[in-house]
Amino acid sequence: MEIKQTALAGTLESSDIQIMLSKGTDGITIDLESDVEKQFGDQIRKVITDTLAEFDIDNVKVKAVDKGALDCVIKARTIAVAQRALQTQNQPAWEAF
Amino acid sequence: MAETEERLRRTMMFVPGNNPAMVKDAGIYGADSIMFDLEDAVSMAEKDTARALVYEALKSQDYGNAELVVRINGDDTPYYHNDIKAMVKAGIDVIRLPKTETAEMIKTLEADVLAAEKEFGREEGSTHLMAAIESAKGVLNAPAIAAASDRMIGIALSAEDYTTDMKTHRYPDGAELEFARNMVLHAARAAGIAAFDTVFTNMDDTEGFYRETRYIHQLGFDGKSLVNPRQIAMVNEVYQPTAKEIANAKNVINAIEEARIKGSGVISMNGQMVDRPVVLRAQRVMRLAKASHLVDEEGNTIEK
Repeated sequence: MEIKQTALAGTLESSDIQIMLSKGTDGITIDLESDVEKQFGDQIRKVITDTLAEFDIDNVKVKAVDKGALDCVIKARTIAVAQRALQTQNQPAWEAF
Repeated sequence: MAETEERLRRTMMFVPGNNPAMVKDAGIYGADSIMFDLEDAVSMAEKDTARALVYEALKSQDYGNAELVVRINGDDTPYYHNDIKAMVKAGIDVIRLPKTETAEMIKTLEADVLAAEKEFGREEGSTHLMAAIESAKGVLNAPAIAAASDRMIGIALSAEDYTTDMKTHRYPDGAELEFARNMVLHAARAAGIAAFDTVFTNMDDTEGFYRETRYIHQLGFDGKSLVNPRQIAMVNEVYQPTAKEIANAKNVINAIEEARIKGSGVISMNGQMVDRPVVLRAQRVMRLAKASHLVDEEGNTIEK
């Protein structure tokens, strides 16, 4: 599924991750910036990809700036940004939570 | 009312619902209750992100034995229903309704929570409720609000909105809150639920904080809402029983146990009759002593 609009969620504060979604042309592509990219880059990408799959989003550009977020924070921010990009934040997709 | 007898609720710490650092660390300070805030601490633009963050944290983080509470947005906002659904699905212990003014609001909340429990397959009745009293109308209706539902575990006074409603503001001596505090406390006791005092926001006034905490402890409040983890140890210190109180409580509990073995109902200790209220007070002292690490699980004094 395609997203409807570019969207942003999360902040650049410590323990957070800021994620931006914009329309994709080549499946899910993730541009990740993180101080712990070497250790946790794969895990961060996996949480984002798995969560986007819950929303059936398969064609999107992801820009993520990680400030040491736990998995639960990455998932929460991905849910929030996906709903904003799909304009469904007022009718949350509970099965994705 | 639910499990009001055994739980200590000395400290209820506010945690802004959209701050990942504070949400993840909320469990390390030893608060009796942690209250994740989706309401005033979260801007309109971030209601959706805060809801998702608190949900995912509740599902994955270990907050130990703390009672987990969430302050949802009021029923006059578009966020109310989604807040309830998300928090019930996450299995929150307690939903706190802000700006509660009537028993009807609690009954409506109860119905909404029950519907969410059914929708998400949670055990019916497992989500408890509490009300924040923040206006003159709420204070006058406090007894009905406290008794509005079997799910109610407590009511809290929220002084910032209340003093504004009363056309005053907060003073160091707290005279402006006297009536509201006593109403909320009596409403809670009459309904058999917990009473929480309001926050004290001036972090620089340590003496004022102690004075206010000693005062509400004397009145009989279960505890206090807090905005800063530093205040937890200060509240616990005020609620900590003295060595004399602990010794006396142990004597009462031993005497009642002896009487039970002998099969006699009423007992006397040092020439004084020991009846039910005395025993209940002794049990509460021992719970506080255990929570303050003054005695071990068996009630033996821990030498410092």
